[in-house]
Amino acid sequence: MALITVSSPHTTKKGNHTGAFMRQVIYATAPGLAALTWLFGYGTLLNVCFAVLVAVGCEALFLRARGRDVSFYLSDFSAVVTALLLALAMPPTSPWWLILIGTAFAIIIAKQLYGGLGMNPFNPAMVGYVLLLISFPVEMTRWIAPHEAPALSDSIQIFLGQTNVDAFSGATPLDTMRTWAGNAEQLSNQPILHGAFAGEGWEWVNAAFLLGGLYLMWRRIITWHIPAGVLAGLTAIALPFWLFDSVRFADPLFHLFSGAAMLGAFFIATDPVSAATSRNGRLIFGALIGVLVWVIRTFGGYPDAMAFAVLLMNLAAPTIDYYTQPRTYGHKAAHRGASK
Amino acid sequence: MNAPLRNSRKIFDFHGGIHPPENKTQSSGQPIRSVSLPEELVLPLNMHIGAPAKPIVNVGDQVLKGQKIADANGMVSVPVHAPTSGTVVAIGPHPIQHPSGLDAPCIIIKPDGEERWTALHPITDWHKCSPSVLITRIREAGIAGMGGAGFPTAVKMSLKEGTKIQQLLLNAVECEPYITADDRLMRERADEIVRGIKILQYLVKPAETLVGIEDNKPYAIEAMRGAAQGTDIQIVVVPTKYPSGGEKQLIQLLTGKEVPSGGIPAQIGVVCQNIGSALAMHRAIEFGEPLISRITTVTGDALSNPGNIEVLLGTPVKHLLNESGVKENRLGRVVMGGPMMGFTLHTTNIPVVKTTNCIIAASTNELPEPAPEQPCIRCGSCAEVCPADLLPQQLYWYSKTSDLERAQQYNLMDCIECGACAYVCPSNIPLVQYYRFAKGEVRTQVAEQQKADNARLRFEARQARLEKEAAEKDARRKARLAASKQKAAGVAAPSVDVKALKAASLEASSAYKAAVKELKAAQADDANNVAELSAKVDALKAKADSAKAAVRDANSGAAAPAAPSVDLKALKSASLEASSAYKAAVKAVKAAEQNGDDNVAELRAQADSLKAKADTAKAAVRDANAGTAPATVAAADPVAELKKAVGEASSAYKAAVKAAKEAEESGAEDAAALRSQADQLKATADTLKAQLRDAKDAAPAATAPAPTSAPAAAPEKDHTAERAAKMKALKTSYNMLNKMLKDSNAALERAEREGSDNLDAQRARVEDVKRQADAARNELNDLVDQAKAGIRASGSDLKTMKLEAARTESALRKKMKELDEMKKSADEERINVLYQERDLLKREADIAANALKSALEEQGLTE
Repeated sequence: MALITVSSPHTTKKGNHTGAFMRQVIYATAPGLAALTWLFGYGTLLNVCFAVLVAVGCEALFLRARGRDVSFYLSDFSAVVTALLLALAMPPTSPWWLILIGTAFAIIIAKQLYGGLGMNPFNPAMVGYVLLLISFPVEMTRWIAPHEAPALSDSIQIFLGQTNVDAFSGATPLDTMRTWAGNAEQLSNQPILHGAFAGEGWEWVNAAFLLGGLYLMWRRIITWHIPAGVLAGLTAIALPFWLFDSVRFADPLFHLFSGAAMLGAFFIATDPVSAATSRNGRLIFGALIGVLVWVIRTFGGYPDAMAFAVLLMNLAAPTIDYYTQPRTYGHKAAHRGASK
Repeated sequence: MNAPLRNSRKIFDFHGGIHPPENKTQSSGQPIRSVSLPEELVLPLNMHIGAPAKPIVNVGDQVLKGQKIADANGMVSVPVHAPTSGTVVAIGPHPIQHPSGLDAPCIIIKPDGEERWTALHPITDWHKCSPSVLITRIREAGIAGMGGAGFPTAVKMSLKEGTKIQQLLLNAVECEPYITADDRLMRERADEIVRGIKILQYLVKPAETLVGIEDNKPYAIEAMRGAAQGTDIQIVVVPTKYPSGGEKQLIQLLTGKEVPSGGIPAQIGVVCQNIGSALAMHRAIEFGEPLISRITTVTGDALSNPGNIEVLLGTPVKHLLNESGVKENRLGRVVMGGPMMGFTLHTTNIPVVKTTNCIIAASTNELPEPAPEQPCIRCGSCAEVCPADLLPQQLYWYSKTSDLERAQQYNLMDCIECGACAYVCPSNIPLVQYYRFAKGEVRTQVAEQQKADNARLRFEARQARLEKEAAEKDARRKARLAASKQKAAGVAAPSVDVKALKAASLEASSAYKAAVKELKAAQADDANNVAELSAKVDALKAKADSAKAAVRDANSGAAAPAAPSVDLKALKSASLEASSAYKAAVKAVKAAEQNGDDNVAELRAQADSLKAKADTAKAAVRDANAGTAPATVAAADPVAELKKAVGEASSAYKAAVKAAKEAEESGAEDAAALRSQADQLKATADTLKAQLRDAKDAAPAATAPAPTSAPAAAPEKDHTAERAAKMKALKTSYNMLNKMLKDSNAALERAEREGSDNLDAQRARVEDVKRQADAARNELNDLVDQAKAGIRASGSDLKTMKLEAARTESALRKKMKELDEMKKSADEERINVLYQERDLLKREADIAANALKSALEEQGLTE
């Protein structure tokens, strides 16, 4: 029998580990998905299912067109994760075509055309999200008021685009904050802003994603650097402004538990392919995302900002990495930039 | 078991590291055992890092156990000893412990089973020996690092003068999974290890001595603590983490210090040795035993009897596996070394060497085929575990794309190849393989660069030397010129030709005088040959006059010895006159004989002397012809011309000798002059002969092209040979022409100095020679270009191309420097010339560089 000759290390590990990584990410979204479904109905669940189907279909199609082993590359589950994250970020009132456009764009343009997994400079899910946000701003900002979840049949009707969504839609805490910022009386009269500890309902969605994120950290799928950076950055900029003027600026806790803050911090900004990779680089990458999120939420034209912030920082990631190389063993100092 | 694991000193930490399954219990339970003698012991000459040893035995030699069979070859090298007594059956290539399964020279010994030892020389009172004596002993015992790298221990122990060692570290960490050789060694031979450590302490005189052991070896820790009782050796327990046993990591763990990148531990006052090496040193010094065996862990689930074996070096792996109950049908992979850094064997025929600490015979169940490589998702797990704190994901990217510059910027060369990154990689990327490849490329590139730099430096040094020589030569020439100018213009150096001419003239005039005397006598006697005699006198007078004129000409300067063509005409006419005088004299003699004159004898003597003169004159003409011949016709056919000249010169010499003899016999007054003339002619003939010899040597080259170029359909190789022959011939003729040009120039200079009247002719000649030389050079250059093109096309001679590139580059640089300097002087014409020259050189340099580049690309070595 011919002996196996391979390079070291010689290990016992078997199976597909990238796929295992991705599956862990999928599991970790369960609490968040559950919270969204509980608060806003089956819309998100329908979105997720459809998005996954579209993503896997597009991925298979393009892997085949590129002459790759379709089943081998599909088994890394990266397309499923992209679809899942995009669908989780989208409003539960989204019609099927919105999901189709966003997911297909994310998989085909933002991922496969760049060379597939590992080669995309931008987070594919967020590229799809931003495309939809810019192209279909009305559909993309139409959320349902918490605890007024439509029945399954209604959700299906909405998904198929056969019902007027306005009957179910309501403002999110971030929308409300944007509308009434600076008006102390109105702010105090908005029940949606006064949940248990942050925006009504959304606090639980974010808490659920936080739970999932902590699970990922515990399983060592992600390191603490990027989430900590995002949350610290967001807090660090929100806190002084809130202290300075609590009527015009929301408190840090509100920011941390509103919109896509936790989903972004633990699931989206941590996409390893498009994020910074050095330890310090990840901290900086995360912190700047946090700052950008606050800036866009407070002064920008859109109520939430995670997608823009992540994409902008994706642009900066190579540069951040370049300037944050760790000091190698035996070297007096780390390399900085082009110095040799 | 908890108490002995506690440390009294602080343990530092290093970045990263992993915790792979230990798999040590399979082999750590049983005591060290030995195995039967194999049929053959295969001893590679390179069991260590460094130069292979040189065999000092021959096939068929009987060797004793411990006898040296190969000597160290250089500083970083160690000898090899026979592990048992037996016969050398072969010295030659055999598969060895190389990851690529390469063959290398080995000495193969067939054991005789008697285990007869060679005489051993223990040093019992080693603490009275100087360290250098002990280090020599360590080296002679063939000890090389037993931990896995195999660096010659003596080299590591030879510290630079004045190096202060704070810590002596003993590496007993054994962090790789599966391996338990050091564990068992410490459990069973702790006392001997401690004795070895004491020798080490004596050699490096450290402030403290630390033995680092991982906390997964409680029995070994206990044994070592017991053995070290009452000494200043500290046993330090380090947490189990891979790769704590890496030298750099152990140093960091125990001292908190880091070995500088590219440096050695001694720079930070640390010496690190494996405990196996310490034991080997103890055996080498206190027992005089060389390193002929080691403890190797033989394990893996394809074996029914794993454990640790004290194995003779050179024992084939196959033998060990057989002795450990290998189940052949289960065998999937055999790893030499640990699972993290070891390499797989292509065949089990490979011998155990000084660095073989482990052999894993695993089934495909235990070590399955690696999963297919997936794309890197930059998850950064590798960076988390890298003990050198590198960014493996970046290194992977740059290694894969062969961006070596970037890879080096990300400290590729600091990678210790521990394999932690590849171990954690979720995409199953064999990262270490990529790094090894890139490191190899970098090393190759550095070596190439070094070679190119050396070539450039050599070339520049040579250029400088040549320039210096040229400058010195120039200075000497100028000095000579000045000196000769100082000499009076009139005092021309007497030359052979002038002398000869003078002699001829004197003789001619004396002959004339004699003839006049004779005529007068005849007139007085009223002889009947008066008319004849008067005619003769007239002829002789004319001859004497012309000879005088020739001497005048020669004296007036044009007839320098190096430029004899000028007085050739004069000489010819003198010769003609002399021969006609001789003919007239002969006629006179005949007439006198017929008339029964009493002056016949006198007349005959006269005729003879005239004949000699005529011969002399002829010889002078020939001489002059010979002198000019190589200059004027050399390019056409130097050999034939020279042959002719030699023939003429030697016949002239023979004639002159004959004339001189006759003159002596007849008691002629000019016999001595004739003798000296003959001598001169001989010298001329000799010179010409020598020239002919030289020309003949050059001739085969010159004539080579004709026959070799004949077969038109000759293969490319012949074409190259033909070109080479032609180039050689052209070079010869070019050199000759160059010499001629120089000579003509010198003649012209002299002529100008002396105000000769045929300057134009000289100049024309110089021009002509120059043209010929230029033509030859151009042709030569064309050929050289062709040859270069040929080399380029074949891409075979990179070295030549590199040299050429270096040469052209340096020439260009020099020219540009010159141009810069000249720019200051504002000599526009010169600057323009320099610009043109620079452009030419630049083009040449570009061509050379491009050729080199394309050749390199063809060979896949992009620079």
